[in-house]
Amino acid sequence: MSAAPIDLPRWADAGLVPLVSVAAALLVAGLVVLGIGESPLEATALLLRGALGSAEGIGFTLYYTTNFIFTGLAVAVAFHAGLFNIGGEGQATIAGVFAALACLWLQPLPGFLLVPLAILSAAAGGALYGFIPGWLQATRGSHVVITTIMFNFIAATLIVYLLVEVIGKPGSMQPETANFAGHAILTPMHQLLAPLGLKLPATPLNTAFLLALASLVAIWALIFRSRLGYCIRTVGANPRAAAYAGISPARITMVAMAISGALAGGLAVNEVMGVQHRLLLDFTAGYGFVGIAVALMGRGHPIGVGLAALLFGVLYQGGAELSFDKPGITRDMVVVIGGVIILFAGALDGLFRRFVASGLRLGRRA
Amino acid sequence: MPPLAIALSGISKHFGPVAANKDVSLSIAAGSIHGIVGENGAGKSTLMSILYGFYEADAGEIRIAGEARQIRSPADAIAAGIGMVHQHFMLVETLSVVENIILGAEGAAWLKNGVGKARAELARLAQDYGLVIDPDAIVGDLSVGLQQRVEILKALYRGADILILDEPTAVLTPPEADQLFALLRALKAQGKTVVLITHKLREIMDVTDAVSVMRRGEMVAHLTTAETSPPELAEAMVGRRVLLRVEKEARRRGKPVLEAVGLGVRDARGVELLQDLSLTLHAGEIVGIAGVAGNGQSELLEVLAGLLRSSRGVIRLGGRILNNADRSPAKLRKLGLMHIPEDRQRTGLVTAFSAAENAILGYQEDTAFGTGLFMSPSRIEAHARTTFNAYDVRPPDPGLKTAKFSGGNQQKIVLAREIERHPKVLLVGQPTRGVDIGAIEFIHRRLIALRDAGVAILLVSVELEEVMALSDRILAMCGGRITGERAAATADERDLGLLMAGVNERAA
Repeated sequence: MSAAPIDLPRWADAGLVPLVSVAAALLVAGLVVLGIGESPLEATALLLRGALGSAEGIGFTLYYTTNFIFTGLAVAVAFHAGLFNIGGEGQATIAGVFAALACLWLQPLPGFLLVPLAILSAAAGGALYGFIPGWLQATRGSHVVITTIMFNFIAATLIVYLLVEVIGKPGSMQPETANFAGHAILTPMHQLLAPLGLKLPATPLNTAFLLALASLVAIWALIFRSRLGYCIRTVGANPRAAAYAGISPARITMVAMAISGALAGGLAVNEVMGVQHRLLLDFTAGYGFVGIAVALMGRGHPIGVGLAALLFGVLYQGGAELSFDKPGITRDMVVVIGGVIILFAGALDGLFRRFVASGLRLGRRA
Repeated sequence: MPPLAIALSGISKHFGPVAANKDVSLSIAAGSIHGIVGENGAGKSTLMSILYGFYEADAGEIRIAGEARQIRSPADAIAAGIGMVHQHFMLVETLSVVENIILGAEGAAWLKNGVGKARAELARLAQDYGLVIDPDAIVGDLSVGLQQRVEILKALYRGADILILDEPTAVLTPPEADQLFALLRALKAQGKTVVLITHKLREIMDVTDAVSVMRRGEMVAHLTTAETSPPELAEAMVGRRVLLRVEKEARRRGKPVLEAVGLGVRDARGVELLQDLSLTLHAGEIVGIAGVAGNGQSELLEVLAGLLRSSRGVIRLGGRILNNADRSPAKLRKLGLMHIPEDRQRTGLVTAFSAAENAILGYQEDTAFGTGLFMSPSRIEAHARTTFNAYDVRPPDPGLKTAKFSGGNQQKIVLAREIERHPKVLLVGQPTRGVDIGAIEFIHRRLIALRDAGVAILLVSVELEEVMALSDRILAMCGGRITGERAAATADERDLGLLMAGVNERAA
């Protein structure tokens, strides 16, 4: 370590710094909106109303949030082991293949067996596809940043081949599988809540959202309360000390990448089993990459990841509504905000920390 | 009265809420050797960094040769005639001596003139100070002592009248240190001013004219060396009376516990880091390894602790030959071999963790800290609280981030963790590096008590004084081999120094 990290109180470190970087990112996005001749305030109001102003909007927001929780947690777990998993897209793609195969092949099984098996199959597919780069780094020294990026391309190509040549719907020109049976899919929330007398509009939000919330708790327990989590954090913070403590950094690298890949598989569960009800191309739609921003903003902590995922859910849903009302502002604006957040929360973190630290000092002096 | 080379008055420097220097004043006579002593964290390095322009003081005045100066960068310091020799050399190892000397002062786009001028200047400096060195030698091939000489030449080439040396003897053998002191005296004779930062009192007594003592950011004493004594200096540094000698009684050693025969280690390039090394450790004895840093001591510790694979050799622990599976850190711990690593921050601790989490590092599988897959934070914290009280870790706050503890208290956390596990064999690397005098005393007493309780201890330290004070037997290492053994009671520093340098005059 060369420069001493700037010391901040915990609340400032966990709360204030991400808030400041998000505010700065939104400010930059506002300037872009201004640049294309629209009013940033009006755009913000439209965005918030679109995301949170109606039951339908909230349903879509939480559906997006589900994806970001899974991909954000995937990146966060790898972070704790000192690994930068950029392969969420590829891992989710392979998880989608595994989920689809389970849903199609195990169709004779009843739903209460089929759905959990398909979810486990998705997790296993993601885990396997995360494990391989982990194994390559642990045994061959190939850096996961490089291999996971390359594995994204392999997965993207592989799924095309599979859908066109192997598991595509017979007689169809579409690169997609047949629709899953009705008992092989995740229940939409509006159906789940209907017996309770709640009349909700139909949205893609489904029970995968509950799985995502459970994952937040489970990953918190794994990282901060379990022996394995202790080992993962030790390897991430100081691999030499880990070896000294009898923890094998190679083993932890493989385990952490497998867990990370399994979490990325949650994206496939939500999209393939919960929304599309069939396997199709490009269902990952960049959610895997946004997971990096989510994990950075959430500082790798499940609570932070949950909040950051919600923020991105709002941005995605609100952004979609916004581009509908203001054709000049496309959904790419949300991608811009995501990119700026990665830049601010990741690369320029030190800048904002210094900014917050000097702000606190001024406050103390006053 | 000669004019003052350096006059500092009212220097203050804060880092956040911490005052590194509080209203420090210092006067150094021109043409003298002036020592600055203090414990780690007393503010010596901060003060010198202010003088050399790395930091700017919050308040205070700097006068160089009677003239008030604003020193905002090392360039300003060099212009004011100040040169600094850092503890970690600032040299490019792949370049030659003369290329290193002109680095940053090349003079023009083409090197030819600068190099010619540097050669002439080097010849003059060699004549004036006896600083003989081959200008075309590659710096990486030079010994540490000669590399330090290049650093000094670099400063002199830039016209330094004042030379600051930060812990210059930390990396030197005793004979090399003596050569350095002779050089410093020669510089003084030519009218240069030398500022020597150290925590070794013997060096202060040997070579300085005057000495200033710092404690907790303040200047607490200015003394004339001839009129003071090591106990007085130590007391000024710590603020209370300190026992400089380690009290220990002679003990009978027990049975052999750890035996290593014919250990060999090669690095990736095939260089032999350990060669045919054998040693035996008995219960109830401390065996010290004396050696200049980088002569295989670290590798020896790592091989014995299971962190490094040896290419050759056998290790026997408690009579049992260790196979490859036994030689893993986790297994060795179970067999009663504990290890206090040389570098606590890089190896012995995860500084980003809380102190309580570090107090279980290596014992994370112990069911005392939780059953099954999960750990119990309350039990981990309770365990830390008990051991921290027993080992006087300050502050005794298990939740505090480990990086926020001082070096001495971090070392106590490691020490407590390993000793509390009732080792049969304890490997100890640099137990008191970067640790203040008060904690040194504590750590030494603990190690002696452990020896008296029958533990076999292998001690590696670059502090020869420490090795001589604690050990029952001393093994000298040089170039990855053991070059001699001496009983601590009869060992003398000069003789050990020769063994450490690989000159074996009295066959072992």
